[in-house]
Amino acid sequence: MTEIPAQAPPAGAADDADKAPTAGARSGAGGASDTGGVDGTGGGALRIVHRSPLRKFLSSSPAYMGLVLLLLVLLFSALRPEAFPTTATGRNISLDISVLLVMAVGMTYVMVAGGFDLSIGSVLVFSGVVMAKTMSALGGDGALVVVAGMAAAVLAGVAWGLVNGLCITVLKVPALITTLGTMGAALGASQLLTGGNDVTTVPDALLTITTSRPLGFSWLVYVAALVAVAGGLVLAFTRFGRHTYLVGSNEESARRAGINVGRHLVRLYAISGGLAGVAGAMSLTRFATTTISGHATDALQVITGVVLGGTSLYGGIGTVLGTVVGIFIPAVLQNGFVVTHVQPYWQQVVIGFVLIAAVYVDHLKRARRDRS
Amino acid sequence: MADPLLEARGIGKSYGHVEVLRGADFSVARGEVTALIGDNGAGKSTLVKILSGALSPDAGEIRLAGERVAFGSPEDAHGMGIETVYQDLALAPELGSAENVFAGRELLKPGILGRLGVLDRRTMRDRARRAFAEMGTDVKDIEAPVAALSGGQRQSVAICRSVLWADKVVFMDEPTAALGVRQTGKVLELIRRVADRGIAVVLISHNMPEVLQVADRVQVLRLGRRVAEFAAAGTTVEQLVGAMTGALEGNAA
Ligand SMILES: Nc1ncnc2c1ncn2[C@@H]1O[C@H](COP(=O)(O)OP(=O)(O)OP(=O)(O)O)[C@@H](O)[C@H]1O
Ligand SMILES: [Mg+2]
Repeated sequence: MTEIPAQAPPAGAADDADKAPTAGARSGAGGASDTGGVDGTGGGALRIVHRSPLRKFLSSSPAYMGLVLLLLVLLFSALRPEAFPTTATGRNISLDISVLLVMAVGMTYVMVAGGFDLSIGSVLVFSGVVMAKTMSALGGDGALVVVAGMAAAVLAGVAWGLVNGLCITVLKVPALITTLGTMGAALGASQLLTGGNDVTTVPDALLTITTSRPLGFSWLVYVAALVAVAGGLVLAFTRFGRHTYLVGSNEESARRAGINVGRHLVRLYAISGGLAGVAGAMSLTRFATTTISGHATDALQVITGVVLGGTSLYGGIGTVLGTVVGIFIPAVLQNGFVVTHVQPYWQQVVIGFVLIAAVYVDHLKRARRDRS
Repeated sequence: MADPLLEARGIGKSYGHVEVLRGADFSVARGEVTALIGDNGAGKSTLVKILSGALSPDAGEIRLAGERVAFGSPEDAHGMGIETVYQDLALAPELGSAENVFAGRELLKPGILGRLGVLDRRTMRDRARRAFAEMGTDVKDIEAPVAALSGGQRQSVAICRSVLWADKVVFMDEPTAALGVRQTGKVLELIRRVADRGIAVVLISHNMPEVLQVADRVQVLRLGRRVAEFAAAGTTVEQLVGAMTGALEGNAA
């Protein structure tokens, strides 16, 4: 017997010995880290290089996009110093984005886990309708009625999220299709509940919230800020957040690491739905009407912001901080164009191409990183 | 052979009508690298899956340190100090090495923060860094995403992860199959060091010279049965191939 099934090394296999420390930095679960190196023991000359957290952050997508945002603000401020850098503009922009931002935090979780949620705009509408209906069913103008209505809105959102999550994990219907389905279903259900007409009667207590502006900002802005801060901290610093990255990065690896992937995904869709419910309550509070036909493109706007902020379409990468920046950029452009008398339609054109460019750059970084 | 740490007797496993394992025996000892070889389809991966809790056998018994055990799941085996480095590594490419090492076993901060689920990143990073240094691996930047590492470095991360959690047995299914000469050498050194820590290492490989280089003993699986056992020292590639193909039935050890 002379045949030896010994394997030849694959031709052209890379030799890593002289490779420089990798420079491809990423947003990942960014955060504090100490600096320092460890000298090797036992394995020859071993150097463990440690990038400083600052350098790591500066090369991440949120930092690039944050710079873009800053430049936009400076540009518009320079062009219209009397009209743009004012508290009124700040108020408008922050109010405009608050509802989208709440949904975008949920979308960030779902997309970091490699999922997708198109249904949020319709779930927002449905939750608003449920809230309005609950409040009118309870009757009265008290604060308690409003609280009950808000709870109902959030529960309705969570319910749609659970439907999404279960269809995706148990029935294995792709997220894109599942949430496309519930996007239609939730909107249709809202129209069934209302006969197609917006509900415009809301309790006085809700109108009080609508008109009160502590420190000059609407309550909605505070709610959005709270959701963003809490969402950002949980994603970056907790086990729940880490599992979200693991599931999005490599589902099989997460499973083998003992993570219940299905349960985690269901939770994430429930969070996304629940936050869409919160957004529904916020929208009803802001406009005092259910705005049934006004949210067809919400999901797309949210996804645009999340992707601009550096969250990967393939999962495993993304931060809430990036999402905040990504949601701000279109709103700043919009307001900036208005004050500089550029036709605001340009905003959509510009954002469309910026989005494509952002994903292209992400792609390039990915390709460079995966060169080995 | 020293007292076997993990021992399997008469393991049988069928997929439908196909009998993949027909009363296979297998044993590994502490501190030794035991190679498991055999032709394609001999049942090596199936046997390893059974011994690591990923599959349950139809027949036979498994003993760990003399005690009879049954694994309901890989987690059961993990709990007993048995880990597996899968052929596809199962790393999360977007995350760093330290994050991969602690995947699913994250350490939480002490006190109230820990109860809220807050990660103790510093401790995890330090422990991972120490483990990499102790094992002499050449992972330079433990925060760089695993996707940015070379194949050999990635393999090292996967092996270090299993070693950090295994105090008894580590299974490695073709850990060098995708590597070049130089990286293969490094991974083999690493495998040797794992065994030197007193862990029983099971190495599946189709590369006979490599097997003879790193293993202490070799067990040959053919058609679902162990057909031969060799001490690596003094054994030739021809003998191994003969046992694998059935040209040479023998029990040289
Ligand atoms: N899930 C399965 N269902 C049906 N047959 C299977 C399954 N898994 C493995 N087999 C069969 O069992 C036999 C042994 O497979 P196994 O993967 O254990 O072989 P192996 O020794 O690891 O081979 P290789 O060297 O190619 O990796 C093969 O004939 C294979 O087709
Ligand atoms: Mg195999």
